[in-house]
Amino acid sequence: MNESAGKPVARLVPLIAFAALVAFFVVGLVWNQTHDARFVPSPLINKPAPAFNLPRLENPTQLVSKANLLGQPYLLNVFASWCFACAEEHPTLMAYRDRFGIPLIGYDYKDAPADARGWLQKHGDPYHEVITDQSGETALDFGIYGAPETYLIDAQGIIRYKHIGPLTPAVIAKDIEPRIRELKQAGA
Amino acid sequence: MNPELGQLALILALILSALQCLLPIIGAWRNNKPLMETAPSLAIGQFVFIAMAYGILTWAFWTNDFSVAYVAQNSNLALPWFYKLAAVWGAHEGSLLLWMLILNLWTVALVVLGGKLPRAFFARVIGVLGFVAFGFILYMVATSNPFGRILPAPANGADLNPVLQDPGLTFHPPLLYMGYVGFSVAFAFAIAALLGGELKATWVRWSRPWTNAAWAFLTIGIVAGSAWAYYELGWGGWWFWDPVENASFMPWLIGTALIHAQAITDKRGGLRAWTLLLSIFGFAFSLLGTFLVRSGLLTSVHAFAFAPKRGVFMLVYLAVVIGGSLALYALRAPRVTGGKSFALASRETMMLIGNLMLTVACAMVLLGTLYPLVGEALNIGRISVGPPYFGPLFLLLMTPLVLALPFGPLSRWGKADLKVWRRALVRIVALAAAAGIIGFIIGVRSWYGLLGVTAATWVMTGVALFAIKRWREAPRGKRYPFEMLGMMLAHFGIGVFIAGAILTRSLSVEQDVSMRPGAGTVVGAYTFNFKGVSEVRGPNYRAQQGTMLITRHGKPVVTLYPQKRTYPGGQVQTEAAIQAGIFRDLYVSLGDPVGDNAWSLRVYDKPFVRWIWGGGALMMLGGFVVMADKRFRLKHAIEPETVPARPDPVPRAKLAEGGA
Repeated sequence: MNESAGKPVARLVPLIAFAALVAFFVVGLVWNQTHDARFVPSPLINKPAPAFNLPRLENPTQLVSKANLLGQPYLLNVFASWCFACAEEHPTLMAYRDRFGIPLIGYDYKDAPADARGWLQKHGDPYHEVITDQSGETALDFGIYGAPETYLIDAQGIIRYKHIGPLTPAVIAKDIEPRIRELKQAGA
Repeated sequence: MNPELGQLALILALILSALQCLLPIIGAWRNNKPLMETAPSLAIGQFVFIAMAYGILTWAFWTNDFSVAYVAQNSNLALPWFYKLAAVWGAHEGSLLLWMLILNLWTVALVVLGGKLPRAFFARVIGVLGFVAFGFILYMVATSNPFGRILPAPANGADLNPVLQDPGLTFHPPLLYMGYVGFSVAFAFAIAALLGGELKATWVRWSRPWTNAAWAFLTIGIVAGSAWAYYELGWGGWWFWDPVENASFMPWLIGTALIHAQAITDKRGGLRAWTLLLSIFGFAFSLLGTFLVRSGLLTSVHAFAFAPKRGVFMLVYLAVVIGGSLALYALRAPRVTGGKSFALASRETMMLIGNLMLTVACAMVLLGTLYPLVGEALNIGRISVGPPYFGPLFLLLMTPLVLALPFGPLSRWGKADLKVWRRALVRIVALAAAAGIIGFIIGVRSWYGLLGVTAATWVMTGVALFAIKRWREAPRGKRYPFEMLGMMLAHFGIGVFIAGAILTRSLSVEQDVSMRPGAGTVVGAYTFNFKGVSEVRGPNYRAQQGTMLITRHGKPVVTLYPQKRTYPGGQVQTEAAIQAGIFRDLYVSLGDPVGDNAWSLRVYDKPFVRWIWGGGALMMLGGFVVMADKRFRLKHAIEPETVPARPDPVPRAKLAEGGA
């Protein structure tokens, strides 16, 4: 058998790959700590949210559809019991649930309902309503690719804003609360 | 005892570790015997001072010396004595000290047992371990001093994190660290071989028992962690693919690949470069595991904001150790193509399939674990990918490995023996199919459960066929050398594990119920009768304790007492009550009162869940049994394999790093 390590270039491959990985993280993390230039991450912004019909976590025989939620703006927060970043986000949601002034809907993503219920029982339940998407099919329509993500959807069912990653008080103050005020003024 | 003495001991150990790195390596380079011979005494000296520091910290916990900040943060007057001892490694600083102590234990074991290794090689190995120790102690002294004081001292401490107050977690970190740190020995052997320009691959044989020991410890450490999650997190799950678990699983995957690659290199001379790389990466993942878990980097980059020095130090240390090793590899990896050639249906091919799948699985886990960081680096937000990502991909990657597993031992080295293959294949397929059918008849209905029965039988039949083959073909007394016996135990353990993991998932009956006292619910063949909740007191907590009588066909089986504990700090911790059995666990976890005297409860019937850990325990046992093989006993002092005073000097960069 010929060992690829016999060739001088091949023996450099692990080192080069490692250096590239280090460079990627150093540049990426340093750049992002100093530049806050979040691009709009979703093509669905200002488009209607996809139609959905998903079971409630508390009572899976009852379904909640997009139409049920029309009429007032709401926040849709994607979470899962397996998601550690959601546990990090969770205290923020608990603190802000009543300060948003609009419903906070939990979207339990690819999760066993029993696990999700246990998780909410353990940490506390910040949601006014929780819908479950065990298969993740509806999530595909939403363009969800992980948890946590948060959508701001207006009274007409149009996605106004999407945040990827945990919500923080800073994000809420800068990106979410002003938009909620706008939507409320437009609705009033 | 004065905690400042502990700090002094750390600083002395730091100086000794620098010397332990420099003197033996320079000695081996210059072929200077007296310098080489400093290795054992420096290593033992360092051990003495680290042990002293560890003892002083333990003493501070034992005597409730809350003037030591670390003790005040992690202990409490009411904490039971055994948790006081375990609290030493309950947080960042102390766990680093434990890590160091264990590194010293491994080094001292090497000094005691490795006396017959070639002196220059031995000196380099100890030198490399000294370098590893130097970085760690420097990290502790510079950023994570466990002996810092707070004045005035508080009257009482804040208490150990209640999550950690569990017997499973008492043993979990030391075992895990025995595994993590143990890979530093394989790493040191590999680096010493590169530094010395070993011409033959005999060093791999010397390294094998150490790698197996480290792997066995890591295996049982992971098992302990998984069992702890099952008991303490209160959801009946045993593996969550969370970053902390992944951090211990990645070195395990690489370690598993490494013990097989080492076997090939030892016996057939092939895969030398690959074995070197796996030795480096096994330890790299151990470091990554130690650092990332403790730094909190994986859950939050904010950890950097709190302690930027720590974060930067550990990244630089990782980059130096891994980058330096890979640079050395690029310079010094064997130029000669080595090893005997082998046919397609040979044992080597089967082991290579396993190696490939294990390393790809490790890369997959790494990507998933670092995904939040990748997301942040690419500025697309930090999101986690959880079991929906890991589960299916891991299953996919392990399928070829499980299929190949029985044929590895049954095949020959080098040559294809298709007759043996055909006969084995027919039997394995027949038995696995039969097991699937029997499973279906006795009530396993999901395709997933049937897959589990079939796969487990597939693996176990392979081991049984191999045992029979050896019985028939090998002469008495040579049938099952320890190396082979260990392999059989570990492979059988994998079969047991597969059965447990898959059957638990497909046969478990789980119910979330709200019950009033006097109510009953039926789970599988059992009836759970709820008797109510009462208040009880523990040494340092209050608890609400439920009483659940479980009956089967009207006859009482067991009464379980699940608890919900409230600690003085306000933290709430669920303690599931479990009736453990070989074939099933009955599991009750107490939730919250839901009004009207009713309580929410989770009641589970979990068949075969013990097999998961039983399989892990068999794998561990296999690892230890392999070590006892005669092959690894060093009878006589070994002649040096290297030509002394090579024209090619040791790269200065490496030495400079050691001294930096």
